[in-house]
Amino acid sequence: MKSILELTKVGIVFDTPKGGFEALKDVDLKISDGEFISLIGHSGCGKSTVLNIVAGLLQATTGGAILEGKEVNEPGPERAVVFQNHSLLPWLSAYENVELAVRQVFKGSKTRAEMREWVEHNLNLVHMAHAMDKRPEEISGGMKQRVGIARALAMEPKVLLMDEPFGALDALTRAHLQDSVMEIHAELKNTVIMITHDVDEAVLLSDRIVMMTNGPSATIGEVLDVDLPRPRDRLALADDAGFNRCRQRVLQFLYDKQRKVQPMPAKSGKGQAASGQAVEKADSEALRQA
Amino acid sequence: MSEFTLPTWIESYRDLVTGKANKAQVSELARKLGLPVLGLLAFLFVWHVAAASIDTSLGKFPGPVDTWAQAQNLYAEHKVEREKADAFDERQRKRIEERLAVDPDYEVKWRDYTGSPTYLDQIYTSLYTVLAGFLLASVFAIPLGIIIGLSSSVYAAINPLIQVLKPVSPLAWLPLVTMVVSAVYTTDDPMFAKSFVNSMITVSLCSLWPTLLNTAVGVTSVSQDLNNVSRVLRLGWLAHIFKIVLPSALPMIFTGLRLSLGIAWMVLIAAEMLAQNPGLGKFVWDEFQNGSSQSLGRIMVAVITIGIIGFLLDRAMLGLQRWLVWDKQAVQR
Ligand SMILES: Nc1ncnc2c1ncn2[C@@H]1O[C@H](COP(=O)(O)OP(=O)(O)OP(=O)(O)O)[C@@H](O)[C@H]1O
Ligand SMILES: [Mg+2]
Repeated sequence: MKSILELTKVGIVFDTPKGGFEALKDVDLKISDGEFISLIGHSGCGKSTVLNIVAGLLQATTGGAILEGKEVNEPGPERAVVFQNHSLLPWLSAYENVELAVRQVFKGSKTRAEMREWVEHNLNLVHMAHAMDKRPEEISGGMKQRVGIARALAMEPKVLLMDEPFGALDALTRAHLQDSVMEIHAELKNTVIMITHDVDEAVLLSDRIVMMTNGPSATIGEVLDVDLPRPRDRLALADDAGFNRCRQRVLQFLYDKQRKVQPMPAKSGKGQAASGQAVEKADSEALRQA
Repeated sequence: MSEFTLPTWIESYRDLVTGKANKAQVSELARKLGLPVLGLLAFLFVWHVAAASIDTSLGKFPGPVDTWAQAQNLYAEHKVEREKADAFDERQRKRIEERLAVDPDYEVKWRDYTGSPTYLDQIYTSLYTVLAGFLLASVFAIPLGIIIGLSSSVYAAINPLIQVLKPVSPLAWLPLVTMVVSAVYTTDDPMFAKSFVNSMITVSLCSLWPTLLNTAVGVTSVSQDLNNVSRVLRLGWLAHIFKIVLPSALPMIFTGLRLSLGIAWMVLIAAEMLAQNPGLGKFVWDEFQNGSSQSLGRIMVAVITIGIIGFLLDRAMLGLQRWLVWDKQAVQR
């Protein structure tokens, strides 16, 4: 399939008071149109940084991202972002939050009535039409996140970027939202990049899971194809062999990385301890800066 | 934006009258209404006793009773003055009519009554002077605060200046303002009296700073996430300011405005006293110079009036803030 988004040799060095800090190095990734990609990796490895480079909120130091043949060098609505903590404007209602985006993106191309319809359509998509006149402080965390997703979808993005969209939610709400996102993806067939810490979530939603090594100089360690048939049902998959194999693979990767970072003193015979210690030191340093 | 609800103590009072009050409501009522009344009574008693034992060169220090008598006096004088003015206008109207009846080509010249300003006139003068000065200050302070808050270089450049100008007392500004105004503001038919312009500018110069600083701080503390939303949407700079920055900073701006208005009111009274500009400050000064046996009582009336007006101005700002600001938690007191 033709790729819509290409990351080539992406690296980034942050200026810190203690000199340059290389967070990413040589990140290469091709994403096809309509694909659902999950980014998974340990905290502080650089997942958000990758996403922000694609969004244009950060500039890569080396290499870059190319979307449909054009280099990305500033943010824009064709790469809509769903932020981890919803980032709704607290003084606007759910409707007005989505409307702000719609007005900005479709001014000149949609009439007032069409815009209104489009805002309502997107709120419907995330099942929030009933509370569209409520302000963020009046709705629950899950509902806020839904509105954030509606706002991003309403921009008709070529790529939808989600940074731990369900990170702050309880398990049940999370499951509901995952189902909603699967539904929407099945309907709109949009390209999605989602960051997650949750292995089950990654396997359930993704076509491919991109696993990142620990920083500094983090890069892509492994990419796993999840070729489970869609639509996927979370209950049926719970004891599906394919599902569990994928899950196992991701856990294995994360566990390996973890062991590399925190070698047990008793097992230091593995020969990795020395380098592991060094990595651990640098990693905790990086976390402190975060 | 916000719906109007009765304060709970009023509801409690209604229930008490209609016999529906429960225990919690009665104690709520006692706390919200009873304690302040008790405090007031205690204060009046202490004032009364203390006043009786202070002798000044103008006689006894006025207690609550004398002060109340003077308040009534001032009101009576105001009414007398108004009646005189009305009578003057009436006589003038009659004279003009008679003249017109004889000579239809007569050019009508209307003369305003020129009596001395009454106490209520002074209150009115002070009120609109303070509002004009406060408005002038806000018109400069809010945009400037936004610019400072948006750019860390401008902030770094201007901050030392602000820190030095902020603590300057109105008394220091006043002579300069007076000289500059009389040099620059020279029209034959001035729309505003010079004294008004002097007071207004002095008030502005002193009350500018809280609004300026709070606006700047409010603008710098716009969350990074909302800035990112703005960038993803590619909002233009005007839209960014009006849709993201201003609403975010509004609670802080209002905190600044409230402080500014309080300062404006205090500064105005001082400026009026010093410059002999019409208003409550001049009233106090004139009574002090006058030195009759009533003077202290009248000054006491002015002191209480100044306090009550300051309180009401603050309440009005608070009401405005409650009405306009989305963040209800920022509006507690
Ligand atoms: N602006 C910055 N300046 C300096 N260092 C930064 C900056 N932004 C991120 N980093 C560093 O880059 C590394 C990657 O950060 P990033 O936020 O991408 O991690 P992450 O994988 O998203 O972590 P988490 O899962 O906790 O969100 C971290 O070590 C962080 O300290
Ligand atoms: Mg992150």
